[in-house]
Amino acid sequence: MSTIYILWLRQLKRYVRSKARMIGSLGQPILFLVALGFGFGPIYAKAGGGNYIQFLGPGVIAMAIIFTAMFAGIEIIWDRQFGFLKETMVAPVSRFTIMLGRTLGGATVAMIQGVVVLLISLCVGFTPVSWVLLPVALLFMFLLALFFTALGTAIASKLPDMQAFPLIMNFLMMPLFFLSGALFPLAGTSGGLFVAAQLDPLTYGVDGLRLALTGIGQFGYVTDLIVLSGLTLLAIWIGSWLFSKIEI
Amino acid sequence: MISVEHLIKKFGSLIAVNDISFEVKPGEIFAFLGPNGAGKTTTIKMLTTLLHPTSGQIRIDGFDPLTQQAEVRRLFGIVFQDQSLDDELTAYENLEFHGVLYGVVKAERRSKIEEMLKFVDLWDRKDDQIKNFSGGMRRRIEIARGLIHTPKILYLDEPTLGLDPQTRNHIWGYIKNLNAKNNMTVFFTTHHMEEVDRAATRVAIIDQGQIVATGTPDELKKKTGKATLEEAFLEITGHEIRAEEANGADRLRQQRKMWRR
Repeated sequence: MSTIYILWLRQLKRYVRSKARMIGSLGQPILFLVALGFGFGPIYAKAGGGNYIQFLGPGVIAMAIIFTAMFAGIEIIWDRQFGFLKETMVAPVSRFTIMLGRTLGGATVAMIQGVVVLLISLCVGFTPVSWVLLPVALLFMFLLALFFTALGTAIASKLPDMQAFPLIMNFLMMPLFFLSGALFPLAGTSGGLFVAAQLDPLTYGVDGLRLALTGIGQFGYVTDLIVLSGLTLLAIWIGSWLFSKIEI
Repeated sequence: MISVEHLIKKFGSLIAVNDISFEVKPGEIFAFLGPNGAGKTTTIKMLTTLLHPTSGQIRIDGFDPLTQQAEVRRLFGIVFQDQSLDDELTAYENLEFHGVLYGVVKAERRSKIEEMLKFVDLWDRKDDQIKNFSGGMRRRIEIARGLIHTPKILYLDEPTLGLDPQTRNHIWGYIKNLNAKNNMTVFFTTHHMEEVDRAATRVAIIDQGQIVATGTPDELKKKTGKATLEEAFLEITGHEIRAEEANGADRLRQQRKMWRR
């Protein structure tokens, strides 16, 4: 227990101490909110979709979470290169505990980032239909954060250095984000795109989050929750297994 | 305490450790010497569960690091050759992290951290982040951290690299005292032969992955007919300078700066 806590605490301390990273990672979501939100807003309204920022808000909150979470998971590569990973790997505690503490820490950081973006979205005109469902929204945010931190850990366990980082961003994270229905309603999409969206784990996170905040969703709470929590458990299981196999 | 038989480690076609066998008895201060790239660190990594051997057998106090990792990890402490501190945590936090991981209870942890930081003369810098520390100071923190808990076996992989003679003396005095008091087994590597002469009860010399000599410092001097251990070492391993593979750490340092902004 104290092992999980100290690893969680470490992630948080590192986050709070690098102000530049904290602020820097808010740039992208803000840009998406403002440029896409106000840029596509008039067309979206003309097409009968209503208020685009209202639609986009949950998608951008999810974006902030998944990129921060993936990054937190991938950080293991730096710990490996800069030696700190060795210190944890020879300690007399199970590697599953280490992985869990790290992942919870990374997920917490990503959650904070998501809440900050939620607050920012309120400033640019996003309004949740009811605050009662906020805990449900937070649950979906946390599951997204956990899933992507665990996924990052799993990937980082197999990579020797940061060379593959752009590959992960451009061929995994970007497709997951753009195909998820974070930016456009899935209801109007046809065949292939809809199938791709249904295969995208992020879709269910965004859908559940949007349902909780705005009352509009595609799959319903039950499907969203089952798929997302199932995948999160799977990611933690695979991530901790790969993590326990690391040799330095 | 440590028993190694026919240990082999290959990385692709490179044979880093080539069929070595040795034994370290409880309470010994065992020096594991060799030129750069001889296989010292690879061996230590296999003894400490960080790497899996290609073949051969290791027993640490009867446990196998390959299959009984938890039992083995409870037995030892280690000071690594290269940095293993968290740059963004303070000196105190790094030691605290270690103490928690090794299950040192809170009250004892606090007094021990204070004692160790005072011992390496860095107590007044305890709340500074490691990134503001010089190489020598980092080294001292690593050693202080390694001594927070008292293990049965202590591995020291070039612990005194980059330290001045005063600090080296100070630290060796402490380790020898621990060894005498707790019968702690010490397994260390170094390039300072006078350290070996002063501290080691027994020596093994490894070169190109193979053990080429073992014995007490005096036996090695006698065997080679040399007056000092340094001369004996050179007699055994030759004068040729070894090529060592560079690791990508510097390149990565650049990359990290780029991503961190």
